[in-house]
Amino acid sequence: MCGIISVIDRLGNNMNGESIKKALSLMNERGSGEGAGYAVYGAFPDLADYYALHLFYDNLIEPKGAVEELLKKWGKIEHSEEIPTYSSGRMLKKHIPWRYFFKPDTSLFASTESLEEDIIISLTTKINTEINGALVYSSGKNIAVFKASGWPEEVADFYRIQDYEGYLWLAHNRYPTNTSGWWGGAHPFNLLDWSVIHNGEITSYGTNKRYLESFGYKCTMQTDTEVVAYLSDLLGRRHELPPEIMVKALAPPFWDEIDEMPEKERKLYTALRMAYGPAMMNGPFAIVVARPDYIAGFTDRIKLRPMVAAESGDRLYISSEEAAIRTIEPNLENIWMPDAGEPIIGRLRR
Amino acid sequence: MTTGATPPRYKISIDNDECMLCERCIDNCSYGVFRREGQKILVDSHKCTACHRCIAMCPRDAISLEEKPNDYRSHPLWTREARETIYKQANSGQIILSGMGNALDYPVIFDRLVLDACQVTNPSIDPLREPMEIRTYLGKKPRQLSLEKIRESDYELKTKLSPNLMLETPVMIGHMSYGAISLNAQLSMAKAVSELGTFMGTGEGGLHKSLYPHQEHMIVQVASGRFGVDIDYLERGAAIEIKIGQGAKPGIGGHLPGEKVEADVSKTRMIPLHSDAISPAPHHDIYSIEDLAQLVRSLKEATEWKKPVFVKIAAVHNVAAIAAGIARSSADGVVIDGFRGGTGAAPRVFRDHVGIPIEAAIAAVDEKLRQQGIRNEISLIASGGIRDSADLTKAIALGADAVYIGTAALIAMGCRVCGSCYRGLCPWGIATQKPELVNRINPEEASKNVSNLIKGWTLELAELMGAAGINSLESLRGNRDRLRGYMLDEEMMKVLDIKAIGA
Repeated sequence: MCGIISVIDRLGNNMNGESIKKALSLMNERGSGEGAGYAVYGAFPDLADYYALHLFYDNLIEPKGAVEELLKKWGKIEHSEEIPTYSSGRMLKKHIPWRYFFKPDTSLFASTESLEEDIIISLTTKINTEINGALVYSSGKNIAVFKASGWPEEVADFYRIQDYEGYLWLAHNRYPTNTSGWWGGAHPFNLLDWSVIHNGEITSYGTNKRYLESFGYKCTMQTDTEVVAYLSDLLGRRHELPPEIMVKALAPPFWDEIDEMPEKERKLYTALRMAYGPAMMNGPFAIVVARPDYIAGFTDRIKLRPMVAAESGDRLYISSEEAAIRTIEPNLENIWMPDAGEPIIGRLRR
Repeated sequence: MTTGATPPRYKISIDNDECMLCERCIDNCSYGVFRREGQKILVDSHKCTACHRCIAMCPRDAISLEEKPNDYRSHPLWTREARETIYKQANSGQIILSGMGNALDYPVIFDRLVLDACQVTNPSIDPLREPMEIRTYLGKKPRQLSLEKIRESDYELKTKLSPNLMLETPVMIGHMSYGAISLNAQLSMAKAVSELGTFMGTGEGGLHKSLYPHQEHMIVQVASGRFGVDIDYLERGAAIEIKIGQGAKPGIGGHLPGEKVEADVSKTRMIPLHSDAISPAPHHDIYSIEDLAQLVRSLKEATEWKKPVFVKIAAVHNVAAIAAGIARSSADGVVIDGFRGGTGAAPRVFRDHVGIPIEAAIAAVDEKLRQQGIRNEISLIASGGIRDSADLTKAIALGADAVYIGTAALIAMGCRVCGSCYRGLCPWGIATQKPELVNRINPEEASKNVSNLIKGWTLELAELMGAAGINSLESLRGNRDRLRGYMLDEEMMKVLDIKAIGA
């Protein structure tokens, strides 16, 4: 099951976390109280030039020491703080959430091609695979992620997300099967600029994972959703595909449809499927992928999971359920059910 | 002869109450087992190969066949085969020839792999009601695409694509040459692949005129003997395949006995009548990987870079590194032939003892190419002992793009796997050039049998994919998470990179 909701204000006006919490809680039927999470873009305007590394620590001794030693070795920590939390419902504080505002030192790397982003990915992979008791769960600039085990309202109150503001929100209500109750397993998944919320199960996981590994990504979260973030990073950032084309690579049109397309499009889509066949995702899913400049919602090619989109003024909403959107905005101008595989893209216009 | 006669391997008996003396058995047996004396059919069981032609043709079910009627004293080491090979060699002083695939009792890895299906958390997909995509492209793929934006949401492709073969099913028919098999057998398979939208190999026997109508579905082979190769041949093929080695006999060349080289075969192969066609073990212009890269490029130049070029190697211990070397040339695909691969004629010691099984070879090659970040840029075709749609599905899940079948296609035309192909007397009209035997195959009918087989497999593949919640072949390829090992040892599962059942 799982319930998802996302909203972007296309003019970049801020919204606080209050209404998204209500919208997500409305879909409690889709969750099991074992995981919920939120992501907000534009959360740290004063530190927007630094990568906001979010970590779960099991304790503040060994893992924290090891992480900080690593970060100081490879760059500069501008600011470090425990993420404020508050007691909430029946929630247990299993981990200590911490965030660093960090800038890697690119001069320390041999390759001239090494971008800051690649350094962040390699540090994240290193921490997540080699340092026990530390997990990086978010690493983007100006992006905050809040997740834990619990019902949506419990997790929201645990972090007091109403205290945060941003122009783009993602939220996810989890019904876990793979990793129950693990904080790291809750969505959104984040990697650099990318955040992902996902309802479904990716049956092509093995193929996608092996494809990503050949580009140097390592899957460490024990769940299929992280491949969406890595695939987005590979196709959208490293290969520079525009969002509508990237989505078509991940959930492509059927060959029968491609065969009927005009010449130029047919060539493009044939090439897309040939080059990115192993990136194609199969199985039931409804996904929203976010970057600082857009959100893109799409479903699998035969729409085995629900997705509804709506507009009101400058805001675009994507959700599992219409009722959740109406909790935020009862007066919608437009509401529609996108076709299978058809991307819904909301771009920032500022 | 000091060793005396060895006991017959098969015993044929005739139920005289049933026999109506129609003599069909005499007509059909090309090995001369049957003769008539008075009102009785007599048999010489020593000559029998268990090809079953007589049994299939007897209108009264009067013939029965028993395997190993007189056995030797049993012994775990000195098996019947061990002893008989010694008798044969003590008498001949020669290399023992054999046909078909590996006949030793190695465990079959495919049979220790089980497939996955969906329950509850993800729905299975019903291929009768939902689209199911089996199409595959073979050839070089770009690592990434570059696009040009024309206007908002309108992009044009800038990347130039290499020519690829488009397959409507990931099952192709492997290289069995005209000479090794009959023209009618080739023609039947060629008709089938044309109808199905897939491809077949010519083998190292040239391309006979009567196959020209199907040339768009033929992959022409360039092997170490260069038999049948000229520019016309290269240009007719849909793709070109350089054969370095063969799973049934890694490290040695081809062998077509002179008896099979009759007029038409000699013309098509461009060799003298009734001469043994012995391809050398290595290509005499390939003594290193860079020589191979040169040959690939020469063939590409000769055909103006319009055709994919594949390179076929036998699955040997170091197959992964060799495949990685091939992937660095201009080659578009690498074909891996496992040690169960069939053959018309191979020394038995090679057939049974050299090379590794295809399952492990696919896994090793796929993994090596991935480590080097080039897996998706080259196609991987697997062959050697693919028996059914389950083997096909498992081969793809391990990482193959497509498979070649050989023996299975022959069985679809009547072959009983008697393993006597090298004798040129095939009573089913397949591995023979004798006109009276060749005419036993009606290409119209036999092509239907071959295409039925591949259609059946393709339907089963679609069902298996649907059950696994996958609606496109790309998402099955290399999806080893959907396989589990059943009673495989830990080392083997590491090589295959799969988990055990229950894990």
